[in-house]
Amino acid sequence: MIGEPPNPGGLVCKVSGMIVEKSGADILIEALCDLGVEVVFGYPGGAVLPIYDALFQQKRIRHVLVRQEGGAAHAAEGYARSTGKPGVVLVTSGPGATNVVTGLADALMDSIPIVVITGQVATHLIGTDAFQEADTVGITRHCTKHNYLVKDPAKLGDIVHEAFHIATSGRPGPVVIDLPKDVQVATAVYRRPSETTLHKNYKPQVKAETALIEQAVEMLGRAERPILYTGGGVINSGPAASQLLRELARITGAPVTSTLMGLGAFPASSEQWLGMLGMHGTYEANMAMNEADLILNLGARFDDRVTGRLDAFSPRSKRIHVDIDRSSINKTVRADLGLVGDVGRVMEDLIRIWKARSPTQPDLKAWWKKIEGWRDKKSLAFPPSKREIMPQHAIRALWEATRIKKPIITTEVGQHQMWAAQHFDFEQPNKWLTSGGLGTMGYGLPAAIGAQIGNPNALVIDIAGEASILMNIQEMATATQYRLPVKVFILNNEYMGMVRQWQELTYSSRYSESYSEALPDFVALAEAFGWKGLRIENPDALDGGIAEMLAHDGPVMVDCRVAKLANCFPMIPSGAAHTDMILQAEEVSGEMDDEAKALV
Amino acid sequence: MMHIKTELTERHTLSITVANEPGILARIAGMFTARGYNISSLTVADVTEDHAVSRITIVTAGPPGVIEQIIAQLDRLVPVHRVVDLTELGPHVERELALVKVQGTGDHRIEALRLAEVYRARVVDATTSSFVFEVTGGPEKIDKFLELMREVGLVEVARTGVAAIARGKEAV
Ligand SMILES: Cc1ncc(C[n+]2csc(CCOP(=O)(O)OP(=O)(O)O)c2C)c(N)n1
Repeated sequence: MIGEPPNPGGLVCKVSGMIVEKSGADILIEALCDLGVEVVFGYPGGAVLPIYDALFQQKRIRHVLVRQEGGAAHAAEGYARSTGKPGVVLVTSGPGATNVVTGLADALMDSIPIVVITGQVATHLIGTDAFQEADTVGITRHCTKHNYLVKDPAKLGDIVHEAFHIATSGRPGPVVIDLPKDVQVATAVYRRPSETTLHKNYKPQVKAETALIEQAVEMLGRAERPILYTGGGVINSGPAASQLLRELARITGAPVTSTLMGLGAFPASSEQWLGMLGMHGTYEANMAMNEADLILNLGARFDDRVTGRLDAFSPRSKRIHVDIDRSSINKTVRADLGLVGDVGRVMEDLIRIWKARSPTQPDLKAWWKKIEGWRDKKSLAFPPSKREIMPQHAIRALWEATRIKKPIITTEVGQHQMWAAQHFDFEQPNKWLTSGGLGTMGYGLPAAIGAQIGNPNALVIDIAGEASILMNIQEMATATQYRLPVKVFILNNEYMGMVRQWQELTYSSRYSESYSEALPDFVALAEAFGWKGLRIENPDALDGGIAEMLAHDGPVMVDCRVAKLANCFPMIPSGAAHTDMILQAEEVSGEMDDEAKALV
Repeated sequence: MMHIKTELTERHTLSITVANEPGILARIAGMFTARGYNISSLTVADVTEDHAVSRITIVTAGPPGVIEQIIAQLDRLVPVHRVVDLTELGPHVERELALVKVQGTGDHRIEALRLAEVYRARVVDATTSSFVFEVTGGPEKIDKFLELMREVGLVEVARTGVAAIARGKEAV
């Protein structure tokens, strides 16, 4: 057709009869565009060259080049967690695919929706130990919610659409699409599917039965010592769920605690907030769980970090457990009432039925008086110091200086992560990105990059440890390339602090391999990557240093030298009961028995 | 000193219908290993006219809480259509087939034949010093038959594992 403008996307199309066929690579891009994907985190290689060529010839999807594929997976997680949209990753076969495995396992544990597209060797080479061949679907089968090997470009469109549906619906999670190189090149017709065509039986239950909700309202209305125990499910359900949680807390008057993953769903400034529960949770949260007569679990999973010793967990309570994943209910703790459904939808129904019935509740004054007593213990207090920067104090100062900006905080894993959870207060969901279930060191920097890409105007800070930050340090270059003004705030205690703390508590301070030897000069390192580098060495310089970090309109790495041997308290030792909480260092014994040593 | 504790277990027969797609067996078997569940027997074949659906029968064992978890964990796999606990559901029929090779001459040989008759096992191959029997039945019957054959020269066994279906006119 003479005079027609060239194909705007620059896509090479073959015409067979009247139907336009496209290459697998173009079908992939077309499907991603139809799904509203704006950004892909990736790294090229031989088995994805056709896709990279198709990316080159279009303008709708932005590609963010990471520096190691593991960084791409965590960046996609950070993007997803902070925006509520699925994160997308594109990597090559073999080592590209194996490098994303940690991120997949991480996203599976924390229920984060990401879709990872991996290149694969051509279909006729599969199984021959071809160059850069790995059994990606085999390797990732048990660290994904679902995965696909695509053998026919005609099925690719449906698979991509279904993959996004599976990743984002029900209990969200990671999905892998393994795409052989010949399937990227071969052509087929792409049609945007109107519904799920492949797995018609996949229909997560979002609404719980009304009769069960009525039962829950009745139990809640009768409770003398109720507690709302909330988790990451409230965040995954979307911002409306956090609003509903506030309403539910208001009408029931119950105290609210949360897991590490659920922080931000309920405002820390509320009178009803008890702080985080579990191993490093507050005294009041854990004691309230222990003495409650009714626990309403909203989108949490009675994780071992939360329950402590199971046979001593909340001995006098009835438990209502709301979860979108039926397998979470009765997995570790028996529920007296299990409700399968989306936690937001369930709360909506709970509130409606509660309001319609307006139950005559027992007086909760005595319960709150008890809680006040526990609060008076001030379990998050820490010894002050004039000489050294106490890490808890550094977090609090960071919070004071940034709270009005409503920053997005990511973390690595270790003491700094727990101190951030304890001392940085969140008022809103989607602001707290941390690796909870898998506990992946190296998560924080790439997650911050992903969050900054998804929220260009937000202040994004990775609260890091000096050991963890080195695990994905290469991603500094990604931030430099895309001019992302992320801040990395390192609480540098020269130890793998959490490991050292356990060794102090459990192994009579035999610090086996937990000293951070041969650390780089973080300021020089920052400058080498084109970042600003700062060092804060004493308490007087803390506020000034933080102000200087915030004033710089670009990426900053802060090496904040903190007390080397500080421990993270309160702490419920592994396998202990909530009532056996260690509040301060004086209570610590040097050696534990074998039963305790066997627990992580 | 620390010792690993174990709990009392129950035997359950599960019927699982799944999309007949590549990797489905690995997905299911792998879930059992990954979560430390037990598989005593597993059989699978496609069962619909269009070959789109496979039926897997798994005999497993565990404490009641674990059985409940196994069912919930199977249920959340994307290609799984339906999981039915036949043991929980009520009366059902379980059958498996075994091919049993027995060597021997003289009295042992005669005794083997006699016992085979009692168990309605068919001779599907014979030499002057061996038989191959085909026997079907519930797992206990087969176990018992093998126990007897051990005394008269059992040398090799191939078993299919259990296929099971609920009694009555309803389809599950
Ligand atoms: C990839 C990975 N490897 C090992 C661990 C075990 N681990 C947990 S915390 C920790 C130490 C972290 O040290 P650092 O980053 O300096 O943080 P700190 O505890 O000192 O705040 C280690 C090694 C882990 N969580 N992740």
